Amino acid sequence: MTKEYKTITEISGPLVFVEKTEPVGYGELVEIRTASGEVKRGQVLDTSDEIVVVQVFEGTGGLSKDSSVRFTGDVIKMPLSPSIIGRVLSGSGRPRDGGPPIVPEVEREIIGAAINPASREKPRAFIQTGISTIDGTNTLVRGQKLPIFSGAGLPHNDVALQIARQAKVLGEAEQFAVVFCAMGITNEEAQHFMADFERTGALERAVIFLNLADDPAVERLLTPKLGLTTAEYLAFDLDMHVLVIYTDMTNYCESLRQMGAAREEVPGRRGYPGYMYTDLATNYERAGIIKGKKGSITQFPILTMPGDDITHPIPDLSGYITEGQLIVSRELHRKGIYPPIDIRPSLSRLMNSGIGAGHTREDHRAVSDQLYAYYAEGCDLRGLAAIVGKEALSERDKLILEFADQFERRFVNQGRDEDRSIIETLTIGWELLSMLPETMLTRIDDKYIKKYHPKYAGTAKKE
Amino acid sequence: MEVGRVKRVAGPVVQAVGLKASMYDLVLVGEEGLMSEVIGISGDKHIIQVYEDTSGIKPGEPVKETGGPLVAQLGPGILTQIYDGVQRPLPLLAERSGDFISRGLFVDGVDHKKKWEFQPLVKKGDTVKPGQPIGVVQEQLLIKHKIMVPPKHKGGVVKEIYSGNFTVEETVCVLEDGSQLTMLQKWPVRQARPVVRKLPPTIPLRTGQRVIDGFFPLAKGGTAAIPGGFGTGKTVMQQTLSKWSDVDIVIYVGCGERGNEMADLLHEFPELVDPRTNRPLLERSIVYANTSNMPVAAREASIYTGMTTAEYYRDMGYDVLMTADSTSRWAEAMRELASRLEEMPGEEGYPAYLAARLADFYERAGRAEILAGGEGSVAVVGAVSPPGGDFTEPVTQNTLRIVKVFWALDSRLTQRRHFPSINWLDSYSLYEKDLESWYAENVAPDWNQLKRRAMAILQENAELEEIVMLVGSDALPEDQQLTLEVARMIINFWLAQSAFHPVDTFCPYKKQYDLLKAILTYRDYAFEALHRGVAVDQIKSVPSKDALAKLKMVEDYEPELKKVMDQMKAEFEALK
Repeated sequence: MTKEYKTITEISGPLVFVEKTEPVGYGELVEIRTASGEVKRGQVLDTSDEIVVVQVFEGTGGLSKDSSVRFTGDVIKMPLSPSIIGRVLSGSGRPRDGGPPIVPEVEREIIGAAINPASREKPRAFIQTGISTIDGTNTLVRGQKLPIFSGAGLPHNDVALQIARQAKVLGEAEQFAVVFCAMGITNEEAQHFMADFERTGALERAVIFLNLADDPAVERLLTPKLGLTTAEYLAFDLDMHVLVIYTDMTNYCESLRQMGAAREEVPGRRGYPGYMYTDLATNYERAGIIKGKKGSITQFPILTMPGDDITHPIPDLSGYITEGQLIVSRELHRKGIYPPIDIRPSLSRLMNSGIGAGHTREDHRAVSDQLYAYYAEGCDLRGLAAIVGKEALSERDKLILEFADQFERRFVNQGRDEDRSIIETLTIGWELLSMLPETMLTRIDDKYIKKYHPKYAGTAKKE
Repeated sequence: MEVGRVKRVAGPVVQAVGLKASMYDLVLVGEEGLMSEVIGISGDKHIIQVYEDTSGIKPGEPVKETGGPLVAQLGPGILTQIYDGVQRPLPLLAERSGDFISRGLFVDGVDHKKKWEFQPLVKKGDTVKPGQPIGVVQEQLLIKHKIMVPPKHKGGVVKEIYSGNFTVEETVCVLEDGSQLTMLQKWPVRQARPVVRKLPPTIPLRTGQRVIDGFFPLAKGGTAAIPGGFGTGKTVMQQTLSKWSDVDIVIYVGCGERGNEMADLLHEFPELVDPRTNRPLLERSIVYANTSNMPVAAREASIYTGMTTAEYYRDMGYDVLMTADSTSRWAEAMRELASRLEEMPGEEGYPAYLAARLADFYERAGRAEILAGGEGSVAVVGAVSPPGGDFTEPVTQNTLRIVKVFWALDSRLTQRRHFPSINWLDSYSLYEKDLESWYAENVAPDWNQLKRRAMAILQENAELEEIVMLVGSDALPEDQQLTLEVARMIINFWLAQSAFHPVDTFCPYKKQYDLLKAILTYRDYAFEALHRGVAVDQIKSVPSKDALAKLKMVEDYEPELKKVMDQMKAEFEALK
């Protein structure tokens, strides 16, 4: 039994102030009925004896002082059942595909409790994405959160889709699902994703949340939380391996800033709220594996760096929470290289636990480090060559320069549907390294050189 | 105890009325009794930060006082534990509430039921003073836990002392004045535990990392900061330090860090073996894990809880290393709470007391003469995560004003996969001078001199590289080309060290010395040959030089090294 109040005193942006209520809980779900009978949902942001502040998710358009406010006495929950797979929902979780509402088997609070660090399983199952720059040099493991940092106009969506298509754990055929959350992306982009999901049949094992560019901005704050609550249900109740792709985190953070401004909070860096780190963490940290449970959540957040600036608060704070990042480079894109992933600033923090003997191959770490070292040196030398001319470089430097060019052409570059196995990736790596004299391979143990260097191919025993 | 009521809730900050609690007292908010702390008093209102999620808390719910501040429970059983920021053991929380942490759970920091064998160290009629051990418990195979008279207790004459098996709550000693001592102490986390006096840092803390031990050493009881943008290897550095440092106790505070990283750490620690004792490293470790999505107020407290346990083991006479990853997250927690309190922000939104809090914290480190007599030390290594890798931001700057060692992590080195990515030109250690005599005595008489020579070469290298950027290396005179080559050897053969290679991950002093000496011997041969008129390219391509590169990965390197050096000598003699 809940009362309805008609005591709205102020409406300011997405916020509604309500007076003279019974005690209302912090974070409670609120329903506001407009004069025309439309029901909008919101959440309590601040509660006290005198006044309650409500943040309205579906826009405050149409609300007036006469609108009636009902406090539900409960926090926001997501209705869940196995039939949710294959559905397309709005950014606030309502059906968008014309289907019936979800009949819940369970309802879960969307502000997920933190996974107890002591209950977490260490992620170490190698995921083969078929992309050399990921598998070879920035290896992804199950349970990881690896964002794609990109810029406007770059093919990050294609990369994400290729990963979603090709990702697999070798030697396993387990149930897996995709949760896709769109936050403030354009209709066209959404269609691009949907078309690809349909083409590859992924739609049947996907749950899709769409908050498009013209949907209310505040709703975006809800979208990833709904998506991740669904992902946790699929992973830890239904034992599925869930891949969560959400795009674009930049829009999410813009909404966060908008809310902060509406609440007249003291702004932090570039106007973003001081709690943005904690807020982002409550999304990103909902990835992982729990001891004794079969499922897992792997996250692929996509964010566009405003002005390609990696020190902007959004990529910066994200980088401190996520387990590495893949950087999409404009320079490589201009050279016509796909996927234009610049491996130098890219990183996978969990790479070590997923590679080596028993996972990929024993020489993986050494090959990757050696490739990195000379590619980075080659890129530095380009700057030098531009000043003094290639001719003035030493023989060693010329060799490294050539190596860097070949690395981009043969290792980084690959087809949009090319699905390289990890062995193929490592073979390309060795072929490139064999351009250099053996004495330059200082980061590789001799025993691996003897075993895998193309020069010795045939002389060493195959594994 | 008074019971007040909630007046307002906004995120983790709650206002309550009707309380008498003092600042920093622990209170329990709401029907569920959420752990909280008083952080402000204004008029009749108490401002309270809640260590747990406040969803659903309503105005009018009760707020109960506990009568004291947040304390750490100190006694046998702390070692090997994994705690959250307010010292609740995480495995116990998992038992109580499952894989996700729910609210309102109260769990003791040390097990109150477990019995420990107490062996007395004093006898009836002895006079005991504060901080003095009255008995000892074998907490781990190699670690004796001394049961001390609490520092604030006035001490006295022992009337009764028992031996046998007791829980931490049972009395093990009665003094003449009637006061009963147990094995459990409670200490307010925000207060430093007392020592007689602080001592100068003259003993190095060995880490087995060449760039640190060689160039930028840390002393026992010293303070160090590792600032670096994300992905520069801070966490790996901290974990490597926890694994290899020659201290008795390691306290790892994961403050606002990643859950998967903590899982990795918790998974790895039990498997790692202490190179000195061949026992699992976990037996000497305590982990505080407050991941970034756990409540922000508990994150703020975790640094103090960790420090209090560190001081407690120092008081037993142990050398302790506390690593905090990362202090920036701690500072951000302060900022977040300050902004919820609508405090006037200082630089970049951080509260104006940021510098004071940082100083307070780092000042709790040090080598000290302890109350019991003898020495103990707490060294602190704080990771700093400057936004955008910009070292001019407030947390880095305020930290640098206090700490004595600065290991600057450099993203350019990371991109080349040069680890540890400590920049050898920007970093510094103010302990170097204090430690020189120790090194000369314990490593080799010429060790300090060798290091200075190597550093001078690196400095010269940096200057030459600028010229190379303009004209290319072939345009340099031959002797400078050789310097570049030697610098490259120091960088690649000596400074670069793989934390993941089973042998290279830990390098003893002797090996650090031998390898560097070998490189500098090459330099001497090389310049000598150059003066004889041998061409640079010939000098650069002596085969024994490249053989040096891999010696760091060889466990029993000495015979090999001797072979290589003999070969080198012969090769240079053959050069014409």
